[in-house]
Formats: sequence, C-alpha cells, structure tokens
Amino acid sequence: MKNSAKLLVIRYVSIAALSFFSVFSANSALAQLTIEITQGVDSPVPIAVVPFSVTGGEAVPEDVAAIINADLRRSGLFRPIPQGDMLSFPRNQYEISFRDWRILGSEYLVIGGVTRKADKYSVRFELFNVLSQRSVHVQTVEAGLEQLRDLAHYASDQVFEKITGIRGIFSTQMIYIEAFQNGNVEQDKFRLMLADVDGARPRLLLESRQPILSPSWSPNGQEVVYVSYETGRPAIFRQELATQKREQLTNFKGLNGAPVWSPDGKRIALTLSKDGNPEIYTLDIASKQLARITRHFAIDTEPNWTTDGKGVIFTSNRGGKPQIYQVTLASGRIERLTFEGDYNARPRVSPDGKSLVMVHRENGVFHIAAQDIASGDMRILTETYLDESPTIAPNGAMLMYATRYRGKGILAAVSLDAGVKFRLPSKQGDVREPAWSPFFD
Amino acid sequence: MNNTTTMRGLGLALVLSVLAGCSSTSTQDADAGAGATDTGVTTGGAGSAEVNAVEEAPVQEEVLDTVFYFDFDQSMLRPDARAALTAHAERLKASPRSLRLEGHGDERGTREYNMALGERRGIAVRDFLSLQGVDASMIEVVSYGEERPASMGSSDSAYSQNRRVEMK
Repeated sequence: MKNSAKLLVIRYVSIAALSFFSVFSANSALAQLTIEITQGVDSPVPIAVVPFSVTGGEAVPEDVAAIINADLRRSGLFRPIPQGDMLSFPRNQYEISFRDWRILGSEYLVIGGVTRKADKYSVRFELFNVLSQRSVHVQTVEAGLEQLRDLAHYASDQVFEKITGIRGIFSTQMIYIEAFQNGNVEQDKFRLMLADVDGARPRLLLESRQPILSPSWSPNGQEVVYVSYETGRPAIFRQELATQKREQLTNFKGLNGAPVWSPDGKRIALTLSKDGNPEIYTLDIASKQLARITRHFAIDTEPNWTTDGKGVIFTSNRGGKPQIYQVTLASGRIERLTFEGDYNARPRVSPDGKSLVMVHRENGVFHIAAQDIASGDMRILTETYLDESPTIAPNGAMLMYATRYRGKGILAAVSLDAGVKFRLPSKQGDVREPAWSPFFD
Repeated sequence: MNNTTTMRGLGLALVLSVLAGCSSTSTQDADAGAGATDTGVTTGGAGSAEVNAVEEAPVQEEVLDTVFYFDFDQSMLRPDARAALTAHAERLKASPRSLRLEGHGDERGTREYNMALGERRGIAVRDFLSLQGVDASMIEVVSYGEERPASMGSSDSAYSQNRRVEMK
C-alpha cells in the first residue's frame, strides 16, 4: 500500500430527507455525545501524532491529528504524546529527527498533511517506528469536502491496525435511542439517532411521541430495523439510511419485537405473540414468509443469530428464570447455554462466534457479562448500574452498552478483556440501546 | 325485548357517566405529572372518593380504578385489582365496549423481556375479565414494557408505580 491514492466512498445521511413522520425541531439541537475515558490498559503504547501540514489555501475545518489522537486514546491501547511536549513538527520524512521522539519515549510517530483540492480533500499520512527508524505505512486518501473527519478516522484505523494487528473501528457508526420523558406521556419524545462511534455528527433518523426501541443494523450497514409504536401498537419497521425510505414489516396482534437481521441479510429474527405467547420467528424480507422457530408456553424473546446464520440464540424463562438458549434452525434442537446466576438475557454473539455477551444479574444488580461458548466460563465486564443492551464492535475487541450515570441513561464502552472503559455522557435526555454498525466495506 | 332496550339505555347512561368520571380523573393525572414527577399516576383513591361524594344518586356511579399494580417479576393479579375488575366486568357485560389494556413494567431487566412481562400482565387482566363473562374479542392487550414509566426514577416506589396495567 505504498503511496496509493484511494478514494473513499463515504456514506452520508442527509437530514433534509427525513420521512414525513419525523418532525425535526430546530430549537432542540442534536446533542453530541462526548467521551470520558474511565480506564485504560496499564502500559499503553506511546505514540506521537504531529499536527498535519495544510496546503491549498484556507484553514481546514477539522484538526486531523487531533482526531487521530482522540481515536487512539479512546481505544485505551495508546498514550498520545501531547503536542506541547513535541520538540519538532516534521512535515515529511526528511524533517524527522528520530532522536527527538526517542527522548519523549514515543514508540511510534505519525506525520502527514492535508491538501485542499477543488472539491475534495487529500490526506497523506505516514507511520514510523521510532526505534527502527523505519516507515511502517504510508498512504494518501481523498474524499469530499464534508468528509475530512472520515479521512482522519480512516488514518486512525490504519495506524491502529498496523501496530496492534487488530482492525480499527474508528470509521464505524452507531445507532441509539434518545428519550425525553418526565412521567407525563403527553410530553414523551423518542428519537432514533445515528452517529459516528465517537459520538460525533449525530443525525436524526426518526422522531416520535411514541416509543421507539430495539434498533438493529442490516449486515451491509445500509439499513436499520427497529420497533416503533407510531401506529398505537408495536410494529417493526426497516429504514434505509441513505434515502430514509421506510417499510413497515409487521403488524401482528400482540408483541412485534426484538428484530435482528440475519448474517446473509435476507431474513430477520423477531418476537411475535400473535399465537398467544411470545415466540421466536424468522421473517423472509422479500417474500414476507414467516417461520415459527420456538414452541413453548414460557417467554421466548431477544433472538440473535449465530455468526453462520444456522442458529438463533435467545432469552427464555422456560427453566423458571430467564436464561440463554440456542436453537438450531434446521433441526429445531434447543440447548441451554447459560447456567450461572438467575438472570441472563439479551444475548449478542461476538463476530468470531466464540463468545456471548449478555445482561447478567448478580446480587440484584444488572451487569454486562461475557461467556466463552465452548467452555461456559463467564466474566463480568462492567461495574456500573442497570447495565443493558450490549453491542459488540465489528472487530470483536470492544462492546458498548447502556447504563445509568448521575440519574441519566448514557452509553458506555468496555473492551472485551475489561481493560479499557469509557463513557459517552449525553447533554440531554436519556440515551440507550446502542447498536454498533458493521464495517462498511 | 323491551327489557333489553331498557338495559341498553341504562348501559349507555352508565358508560357516559363512567367516561365523564374517567376524563376528569385523567386531567388530574396530567396536572400531577406536570407538577411533580414523583406523584405519577395514582388514579385510584382521590378520584373515586370525590366522585362518590358528589353522586349519592340512585344509579351507582362509582368510578372504578383503571390502573392495576403488580408485584416484582409477577403477572398475578392482586386482591384489590380483582375486586375492581369484578366490578368492571359487570359494567362491561351490561354495556360492552372495546377495551385497551396497556401492560407496563419497571426498568430492571432487559427491554424486550420486560415487553413480554408487560404483555403477560395485560393478558392476566384480560383473562380475568373474560372469566367473568366479558367478551375477550373486545379486549386488546398492548404492552409498553418499561418504555412508558408512570413515575420516573429508580426507587422502589417508582418501580411499584410502573408495574401496572392501564385500562383504556
């Protein structure tokens, strides 16, 4: 990948194209979630990201180096060197004095520049290993004028992956629910939001006076599916992000809940109680054909697909208390997966298919726990209060969840080894039910 | 035949008076909710006492509770709810109308699981009315899970106000 120019096609959702149902009120501004790191790893890798040079005219709207610094710091695995400590600001490899960076104890160095062209930005960045004094990676990427931030996240992804061997998630996004409630339902307001995974650039997808819940991504990252009460009862909708086009998928008597897209994108698994009791079904999106998966008088809900799409993992209280079960779709065979504790619910499977994360109750308190599927070993990952709705990053390294902080619903994140923790407090409303996007390519 | 017509007339009058009672109660609720979040929806006591005092007329006009509360993780009807629902059932049999039962839970536990619990509570009320002879096909159960708390906050008292079925 030496010096290759790559044009990034970046997804952009226009707020102007909201569907008729959404009412966008200009006076209640979209609040951005900002990140507070609460715990990092014991010895994060020191790295210096030098302020990027700017050529081609006026000042640029984003500080690319600052975005890369923030991304790397948020990962918990890096310790960026403060700009004020830097002894030099090299703009190219000839200006680098590696001694300057060894003195600061920096193991890696990132330099780069932004060039403004007629209708796009070009960003060149280069990563050096300070000890070996070698270039590790150099690349030039271009994108439209509104996408400088995306280019910075792209550079972060590359730097992160070259050093850790793990694919970066800085270019991913999340959807979540924002709720404004004061106990008087007449004043309730619910919003389905889309934002960068660092909380930046929040965009409104749907606003309603009636509850919106259980948002979930399509595997290609182009659509979302969720439950909305806008008809006066729960119904499942899908919505294209680029066009805002919506389709109501279900309108059954009783529960219409917990929709999740299959890995091949053709079906959703969902909960319906139309036959008298909450059961798991699959719905073929094209043909609208329904298939009933579970048959039990207990509550069966919160389905999630196994990574191969051949099974569904779900919550059931068929043993008396909510626990997690797996059904193999072809045979209908059901197996119980969790045995520790008396409340395990809303499972999500890790991208490698090897572990489960879930809501686990211990001593009356709800935490997020991870379980190795093969061994059954469970670890509790969070220590906050009323933790719920875990969603795993597409690289499998982190998860986000909803919790309470100072009396408000907020999002928080933790690495799957529980070494890194941060939270994204909201300035307004209760924020909950995060769903981490897949990779967008 | 004649008898039925009279019954219907009486039924209609009853429904109208019940509706009137209901709407005045819900106005009170809205005020309470706007003023102090802690108050929440406590439809029962105050509302019915007040209306009773006004109406000692021959026709029984008692305003019945329309919110029924449940214990933690339970969808069993409490004795006080059974008493109120028995009275509701008599009125509904006399003058059938379509009914909406909205089931709710507190914030503890996962959202979709609570959605299922909310439905169980609504169904418990529906089944009780049905056993008393009310036409179940006139009753719709809609669960809101923990999405529409009557009382905000994370206290036990808020939780107990939120585990409920509202009859509409």
